[in-house]
Amino acid sequence: MNLANPQDELTVSGRRLAWLVSGMARHRVVAVLGFLLVFPFLLPYEALAVNILIYGLYALGFNMVFGYMGVLSFGHAAFFGLGSYATGIAIVHYGVPWLPALALGVILAGLGAAVIGGLAIRTRGIYFAMVTLALSQCVYYLVYQLEDLSGGENGLRGVDVYDLNIPGLDLSLIDPLTKYYFVFAFVALAVWLFSRILASPFGAVLEAIRENENRARACGIDVATSKWLAFVISGLFCGLAGALNAIHLTIVPIESLHYHTSGLAVMMALLGGMGTFFGPFVGALTFLMLEDVITVITVHWQLFVGGLFVFFILFFPRGIWGTLLHWMSR
Amino acid sequence: MIGGFPIELLALQLFTGIALGSVFVLLAVGLSLIFGLLTVVNFAHGAFYMLGAYAGVFFIGYLGNFWLTLAVVPLAVGAVGLAVERWLVRPLYGRGIDYPLMLTFGLAYVLVEVVRILFGAEGVPFDAPDSLIGAVNIGVGYFPAYRLFVIAATAVLVLALWLFLEKTSYGLIIRAGARDSEIVRVLGIDISRVWLVVFALGTAVAGLAGVLSAPMRSVFPDMGTSVLVEAFVVTVVGGMGSLAGAVVAGLLVGVVVSMTSLFAPAMAEVSMFALMALVLLVRPQGLFGKKGLMG
Repeated sequence: MNLANPQDELTVSGRRLAWLVSGMARHRVVAVLGFLLVFPFLLPYEALAVNILIYGLYALGFNMVFGYMGVLSFGHAAFFGLGSYATGIAIVHYGVPWLPALALGVILAGLGAAVIGGLAIRTRGIYFAMVTLALSQCVYYLVYQLEDLSGGENGLRGVDVYDLNIPGLDLSLIDPLTKYYFVFAFVALAVWLFSRILASPFGAVLEAIRENENRARACGIDVATSKWLAFVISGLFCGLAGALNAIHLTIVPIESLHYHTSGLAVMMALLGGMGTFFGPFVGALTFLMLEDVITVITVHWQLFVGGLFVFFILFFPRGIWGTLLHWMSR
Repeated sequence: MIGGFPIELLALQLFTGIALGSVFVLLAVGLSLIFGLLTVVNFAHGAFYMLGAYAGVFFIGYLGNFWLTLAVVPLAVGAVGLAVERWLVRPLYGRGIDYPLMLTFGLAYVLVEVVRILFGAEGVPFDAPDSLIGAVNIGVGYFPAYRLFVIAATAVLVLALWLFLEKTSYGLIIRAGARDSEIVRVLGIDISRVWLVVFALGTAVAGLAGVLSAPMRSVFPDMGTSVLVEAFVVTVVGGMGSLAGAVVAGLLVGVVVSMTSLFAPAMAEVSMFALMALVLLVRPQGLFGKKGLMG
């Protein structure tokens, strides 16, 4: 696969603005979090900012498999949705406090990824996208059938977490800015962890698999296990995004598990720049802001987004951030 | 009596499964044909199927004849496929297999939305022709005539495709191209034209599947999504790039779904995924897939 080289982020030099980019690349966690910290003040309303945080995290998790390992999955909605539903069901039906409920969502998403990934890595190459898509659709039908727990077609309602009950702090999620920084705290943790994983030897293994699977195998890397592990880790991140989304929306729509949600991750990651650290957030930001503007003008948003995606595949496969990096490193 | 159901009912349900499976066969054949030659997984296959159903709605209103419509729809959908290959998919050859896949994924959004603009977001009715309304006695009971026709039409089409691929010289070129396109090019054959034809052929078959199943399943803009997943399941079960695999797996999945909807209705939608998971565990390359062929 012809991917934007993530090392571009480190080797950019010479030109104007380049110092900024290389500085950002060196301190990528600080750069992302610094921007996200002031972000809600740049937008007309905070709910959109929370959406961008959550979907940015979702695309980030997806990018581990897609951008860094070079394997295209079309089933990440399953992990986003499982995280959402597990957290939601724990809160609604069992009265579990929000923190253990979030943990439960992340764990269940990881379990789902372990099963789906375990089946999907038995196939190679192009089959992967088809198998992950089919299995995530299977999760959709299963949750749809479990109407007593999941609410079926109507989705799960009443995931009301307003008072965080943190001793010594009086925080309520009814205030949108508080909600933003509540979600931000988790996203910050996840972004830091993600960066650590990429910088670890395991991160190097992922890129080795992407560049040449056979050579990676010849170097003594257990490719199958590494692929599976990356898939599970990616599922955990997407599960966290889903779990946060349940608390943000106070409902879990059945669409969280739908094929289109899987496609959303692909679109955002590609739009921003696959295999780049900032790409998923840039993609989520672009996508959701465009959606926000365009759905006011026309109901045919899908026509626009499909066309835009095709346009990017044909002319800017590196995505927005990847193209910027490419231009500056020339 | 088996499992509390009379044997006649089971036999009828088996036929229902075969009729359902016929549609799966057509979808998987088109998908497999395109992949076998172009190594493109057509994520817009469901959208082309939907396009076929809507082209059927349009032409039956325009021509007023079901049989004529059945002939015109594959041509119309194939023409769209022709344009898509020439202008959208072709620039992506040599860029890796994920790019055409993602492109067709995005294209599906566009096609669905265009149909929504032209025909509305609501479903539209599509009736079987008068001559195929009613039921026929097939020995074990009465079976809808239209479903019987779908089974027969699929059989004829698959046979024709097989003859085309195995017995004509153009079919020989296609098979050679699937094995080694570079050598075919060296022999002086314009392989890109063959790819164009095969892509159009695959989408035309998908369109035909759409119009054929329109009277059995409802016609609405999003009808392609679930169908795409079904086609993938069948292809994974049968093995990508194999005509025999597509036929056997299509019928098998159809029968499994229809039998589960009799014995455990709640599990009907999930049953095909269980079958796929089983095949992945036992024979990851699919029932008829060759090991290592797809890489």
